[in-house]
This record gives sequence, structure tokens and C-alpha cells, in this order.
Amino acid sequence: MGRRARNKQADPLPLEQTLKRKSSEGSGNKSKKAKKTQNPPKKQPQQPKKEKVQKQKKEEKEEIPIIKKNNKIEDESWDNVETIQDVEDDEFEDIDEYEDLEDNDEYVIKKTSFNFGSDDEEEEEEEELEIEKEARELDEKKKEDERLAEEELKINVAETEKMVLTSGQEIEKDSMVAPDLALIQQRIQDVVKILNNFREMRDPDMSRTDYMEQLKKDLCQYYGYNDYLLSKFLDLFPINEAIEFFEANEVPRPIVIRANTLKTRRRDLAQALINRGVNLEPIGKWSKVGLQIFDSPVPIGATPEYLAGHYMLQAASSFLPVMALAPQENERILDMCSAPGGKTSYISALIKNTGCVFANDANKDRIKAVIANIHRLGIKNAVVCNYDGREFPNVIGGFDRVLLDAPCSGTGVIAKDPSVKVNKSEQDFQMVTQIQKELLLSAIDSVDANSKTGGYIVYSTCSITVEEDEEVVNYALRKRPNVKLVPTGLDFGKEGFTSFRGKTFNPSLKLTRRYYPHTHNMDGFYVSKFKKFSNKIPKLNKDEDEEDNEKVENKVVEEEVGFNDEEDAKIIKAEEEKRLKKKGIKPTNNKKKNNKK
Amino acid sequence: MRPLTEEETKVFFQKLAQYIGRNIVHLINRPDDTYCFRLHNNRVYYVSESIMKKATCIGRDQLLSLGVCFGKFTKTGKFRLHITALDYLAQYAKYKIWVKPNGEMPFMYGNHVLKAHLGRITEDTPEHQGAIIYSMNDIPLGFGVTARSTSDCRKLDPTGIVVFHQADIGEYLRGEETLL
Repeated sequence: MGRRARNKQADPLPLEQTLKRKSSEGSGNKSKKAKKTQNPPKKQPQQPKKEKVQKQKKEEKEEIPIIKKNNKIEDESWDNVETIQDVEDDEFEDIDEYEDLEDNDEYVIKKTSFNFGSDDEEEEEEEELEIEKEARELDEKKKEDERLAEEELKINVAETEKMVLTSGQEIEKDSMVAPDLALIQQRIQDVVKILNNFREMRDPDMSRTDYMEQLKKDLCQYYGYNDYLLSKFLDLFPINEAIEFFEANEVPRPIVIRANTLKTRRRDLAQALINRGVNLEPIGKWSKVGLQIFDSPVPIGATPEYLAGHYMLQAASSFLPVMALAPQENERILDMCSAPGGKTSYISALIKNTGCVFANDANKDRIKAVIANIHRLGIKNAVVCNYDGREFPNVIGGFDRVLLDAPCSGTGVIAKDPSVKVNKSEQDFQMVTQIQKELLLSAIDSVDANSKTGGYIVYSTCSITVEEDEEVVNYALRKRPNVKLVPTGLDFGKEGFTSFRGKTFNPSLKLTRRYYPHTHNMDGFYVSKFKKFSNKIPKLNKDEDEEDNEKVENKVVEEEVGFNDEEDAKIIKAEEEKRLKKKGIKPTNNKKKNNKK
Repeated sequence: MRPLTEEETKVFFQKLAQYIGRNIVHLINRPDDTYCFRLHNNRVYYVSESIMKKATCIGRDQLLSLGVCFGKFTKTGKFRLHITALDYLAQYAKYKIWVKPNGEMPFMYGNHVLKAHLGRITEDTPEHQGAIIYSMNDIPLGFGVTARSTSDCRKLDPTGIVVFHQADIGEYLRGEETLL
């Protein structure tokens, strides 16, 4: 009540007057400060010796006049209702303080309670009166400050509102000069609000694209993405979700560890870590081995338990492909891109050191981490090798299951590695998708479809762009008709796209799973699972492959399109004849084909 | 990758016997599968025969590890046990030494075990004998060579060394590059 009234009074005042008031207040403050410095001796009234107490009383009496003066001055200007209430509150607080002090000093308690109990109470009352007044002053000062701050805020708000109204060019100028992040954020919010309710809130002179342009520019500047990547994300998500995604990328994901079931159980591990003062919790219903770490007084990657191999530091998202792979005991399994060995060790733990796990990685430096980790975690069935994954069916094939966690642009782990924001260009995406496609084909070829228990391939990336996920899977389905997609066995996550910006994919792509940082609080991730039902790549495709081998450099997409309709045998035959005619020039190729026929 | 020669086997088993004595037999005659020792890049790997056969497909340069690495032969022909062998050593250890919680970290930083940190020790441990070091809650931390016999330990002053450090699990962090 009081404050409102005051605001009404205050608002119409022109700036000068408020400033004047400020200055007068300032002088008042000085006197208060002076008083405060004198306060400390007075604040220890429980001193048992009577003499001291009396002395203090004298001092207080001397001070009182000043305080009263101050009170009068301020009482004139402000109404009293609220302040009195506040002061009552303060009384209680002060009493609390006394209690605290008594607790601290046993000696004091004894003396006061035995001898001078009644006297003290009186004194307390008097002093509280003192304190009351001080408290009231402080309160009033605080309110005055608040009021001034509010006024300032209003001024600021006015400023920002003005800025939003300025034309695009001016805004551009501003951004060239000095980016004001608060301002940009405000503008982003405003534009998003307008876009969400476009018909009503739009400026009739501006089109939707104008707003989008502006928004893109602001987002680039505010979150620090490059243009290419930003428009990719805006294509992927609606605006609100995109901004949530960007925000999620600024916050680190929770630290997660995986209990190594070869050496310990999750419950024992949790207990051991709690004893070290670590604050943790099971990660969720979907995993029986994950623990989420909230905070830890010790480095979680250097505890004796870690070194003894009882757990592995591993992002929650990297549990998923292994769970999707669902390895069975006594199987032969290949992890194509294994560094730093988190998924490999999880596979070995799931099959309890039976069978055999091949851990491959193309990077020799990163393989050292794989070797150290598998030894630390007590894995005895691993073979570590250093090949390019694309060589694989030639090195050794016939695996029961293959896990391909492909190298990717890392758009799902921006929180972990923010450099992705700026250093990924269109070319990088092309390069990386090309490698992914080749790796996936060789992964498929390395699997033995006749395996009694297996015949599965899991393809995963820590990227969320469609080029690296659905398009690669779709490519593999087209190139290898002897595989099909099957459910991943993960009961959460969003379904993969079956169509995206004019491209349509195989409808079975909805069996794949996508994970986002802002919805699942884990790294952005994509998981798909194939089942290989035949070792024979249908013959037509084989021819195609041979062709591909002949001209490695230009893998022509047009020919694939021609072969999509494989069931129509006549057309295919005709085409094949044509091609054979064309190739009649090359004698070696003809021989090969003749041999096979 | 090849089997060990007679000379190498002798050196290697001598070293291994320091820690697990006659229990080496249990490493070779296993009920579940036939296991073998293989030499690759001067390192000795302990691996089941079935996995070893599969690994023969992989080229010499590309094969980096198989099964469990026990240690390596130095250039002078001696054998050095690595911390990676700890799992098997701890399983078949003859002499065990437990360190108190306040001695765990110093040992894992590569220091010798002092009398002050000694929690428990296998009775009748002789001098200069390989022993496995455990924490008080039975987590193997590493291994070393005893500096004193059990009876001598009793008289030792608190700063005296009980076990000379050979390898500890801290090496997974400190020596990831050089270890393997």
C-alpha cells in the first residue's frame, strides 16, 4: 500500500527533484554510516559486568538525539504504515541474534541467567528501541534505493523498446559498432513472439522473410554460430525449439558414469563413491548401469575406484547404440570406430568377456586410450587393431554384430566442443557424409547374415543433421537391398524423419531414433539398427558395385536411380545389355563378368 | 605375433613366479578354454587360443593389442611386468599387503609403501618377494617387492619402507602413452 502511494507521489517528479532528493539522502547516509561505526561496541550488550552496561547506556543516550532527528526528517516525507510492520519483524530478528550470541558464549549464559536476568530484559527492551529506529532507517533507505532502481529500469525499458522499433538498417549499424547482448536477446524474443502470432503482431511493412533474416542475424551473433550451421538447425526445428536447442548447447550435459559390471555392481559402486562425498543418482529407468554425478569433491576421473576399473566416464548418449546392438554371449562383434573405448567396454561387459570383440579405430593416437581403458576395465576378449574402417570386410568379416559409431561433424555435442559452431562448412559435411556412407556399406558387408543369434548392424552418430543420419541410412538401404531396418529396442527418443525438405526416404526410417540435448538432456544423437537377412547382395547391385570399383572417383548417382526399380526385370535386362555393350571395350571387365556368369 | 622362445619363456616365468609362484599352472591349464602366451612387438599377451586365431587375420602393423598384456621384454632381454597384468596377478597372488586408506593415494602416485601405511600383511612373507598391494576394502592397487620380511616389519619405524613400488593403477593416468 505504502509503496504504491509513494510511487504515485514520486512519478510525476521531474528528474532534477529526484536527484536533489538523492543528494539529501546521501548526506543522511553519511550520518548513518558514522553511527554504524559506533555501533559495534553497543551490539554486545550481554557483557555480564554491570559497569560496562551502564557505560554503554550513557553512550546510547548521547546518540539518541541524532537518530531522532533523522527519523523526523524521513517521517515527514514517507508514510509510516509499512515501516512499522517491518520494524516489528526486525525486533524478532534481533532477539534471534541474541540467542545466537548466548549459544556461542557459555560463560555469558551462566552469568546472565543466574544473576541479572531481570535487568537484562529491561536493557534489551531499551536497546531494541534503539535498534528499531536504526532498522527503520535502513528499511527506508532500501526502499528509496529500490524506487530509484525501478525508475532507472523503466528508463532502460524505454530504450530497448525504442531499439526494437528502429529500422533494420539502423540495427545493422548498431550491431557493427558494438554488440549489446542483452539488447539482441530482447530483440530475438520479440521477433519470435511476432513470428508465433504473425497475423496480429506483424508490422505490415515487414514480410516474414524480413523477420527471419533479422532473427538469423541476431541468433548468429548471440550464440556464435556460422550462417550455414544456423540455417541447418532452423530447418531442423521450429523456431521455439531451435532456440531451446541453442540454449541447451550453452549448458554442459550432466556427467555420467557407467558401472563396470565385470568388476562391481552399481549399488556397491554408488556406495563407494558416496563415501567419498560424491553426490549421485541412477540415471533413469532405461539403464541399469548408469549413474549421474551432480557434484564431487574429488576428481571423478582419478578416484581409486576409477583406476581400479569399477566405472567408466561415458556420456549417457553413448549407452544407446550398445543397448540397441544388444550383443549376446559368445558372439564375435566388431566396433568399427572404437576410440576411446567406452562402447567397446560396454559391449564386453554385456557379453561377460565371452566371445570376441574387435575394437578398430583409424587413429593410432586415440587407440592408446582404447587399450588403456580395456585393460583398466578388465576386458579380456578384445582385439585392438588400427585399420581404416572401409577396409573391413577384406581384413576379416563374418561378424555376428557390427557397431558403427561413425565419425561425424559433432553437431550433437556442441555443448562439449563449441568449436563446431564456427568451423563446420558445407564441404566438411559433404566429406564426412561420404565417409559415413562408405563405412556403413563396409559395416554391412562385414556381417554374417547366417549367424544364429546375430546379423545386426547398428549405425549411430553424435550429429543431428539429416545429411549424416537419415540420408546415410537411406543410401545404405538403397545400395544394399539385403538389409532392412528393425526397431532399435530403445523405448524413448524421437522417430527419424521419413521425409525432409522435399526429400522422401524409406518409410521404415521411422524405426530409427533421434535424441536432442534440449528434450532428453543428453548429447544430440542418432541410432539406427539394421538386420541383414541375406549374404547375397542382389546380383544387379553387385554389377553396380563392380562399376563403382572401376571408377572410384565418380560414383555416379544417376545410375543408382536407374536401378532402384529392380523388380522390373525387363527394363533392367535391357539396360544391362546396353551397359555390357558399352563396356565391351574393356576386355578385363568382360572376363570378370563372363567368369561370374 | 609368435609363441615365446624357450629363453623368453624362462625369463618371463621366472618373473611371474615371483608374484604368483606355482599358480602359473592355473594360467596355462584352464578348465574353460585353452589359453596361450603370445609375443607381439616385444610385449607378452595372454589370450585364449580361439581369439588368437581370429587375430591372425590382422596385419602385424595394425594389430595393437589382443587379450591381456602382461608386460614387455626390455632391450636387454629382461622382462618387466605391466600394471595391466594386475587382474591375473591379484587372482593368484601368494603374498598380499593391504594399505590403510591414508596410504592409498601416496602409493598410487608411485611411492613406496611405508610402515605407517601398512594395514595388514600376509604372514611369513619373506624379504625381496613380489607382493600384491590391496586397499583395505580389497581393491588391488598394484604390486611391488617387499623390502622387509613380515617379522622385520614389526620392528620397523613408521617411515621405513615395507614394499618397493613396481607398478600401480595410477599408471593408467600417468603413463597411458608409454604403457602400451
